[in-house]
Amino acid sequence: MKKWNEYLWIFSAVYMTLGFFNILFAWIGLICFITPLLLSIIGKGKIYCNSYCGRGQLFELLGSRFKLSSNRSIPAFVRSKWFRYGFLAFFMTMFSIMVFSTYLVFNGTNNLKEVITLLWTIKLPWNWTNTSTVSPWIAQFAFGFYSVMLTSTILGLITMYFFKPRSWCVYCPMGTMTQSISMLKHRRMVK
Amino acid sequence: MRKAVVNQKECVACGVCAKTCPRQAISIFHGIYAVVNEDLCVGCKKCERACPASVIQVVQKEAAS
Repeated sequence: MKKWNEYLWIFSAVYMTLGFFNILFAWIGLICFITPLLLSIIGKGKIYCNSYCGRGQLFELLGSRFKLSSNRSIPAFVRSKWFRYGFLAFFMTMFSIMVFSTYLVFNGTNNLKEVITLLWTIKLPWNWTNTSTVSPWIAQFAFGFYSVMLTSTILGLITMYFFKPRSWCVYCPMGTMTQSISMLKHRRMVK
Repeated sequence: MRKAVVNQKECVACGVCAKTCPRQAISIFHGIYAVVNEDLCVGCKKCERACPASVIQVVQKEAAS
């Protein structure tokens, strides 16, 4: 029998869908940022990646079960330290810029921009949600955070198609972070 | 005997191999890299094919005494 955590791909799929209907659901995605970090900090290693990552399961399902993956090997440079840490640094920089623009809306410097930014460049108007019920900065963070989630899903789908189903896991910034935390906690075991 | 060997320096510890292994011969060591239990490994290559980073290879090894 399948265990409950093997159905977490449903969580990921529902999460990505909800963002299309109401952007404020984007906040739920913080779970996927906080849980893996906390688990590795308390010494559970990469148990999130290994057993609970809904996104990984979704790529596995689409790539393996639905045969949408060409199953080729990923180019060796993608698994190199400099690429993985470089992508993490880039990702964190873009994330910080997003948090800063939320702050600028919070302190009243800027107005709320109802836009989803794909792949850090393409701006999509996303103004069908009534966001007037919440403070503008809460909505701004939702737009920014959903942009991050949608962008990384698209990158993951592209590499799922060209390489192995879960090739996103090779350069996933969360995965790189949890592995680094695990390495710091068990320095003597690192090869 | 054929056994799976992990390039642990480049392993991303995602756990796909451990999930794929029909013999539960692979575990993720403290979230750092995959470790193969050679007593259980039958060299079926399922992990080699599944590994998203392509850092597992099944190679010919001397039989353990």
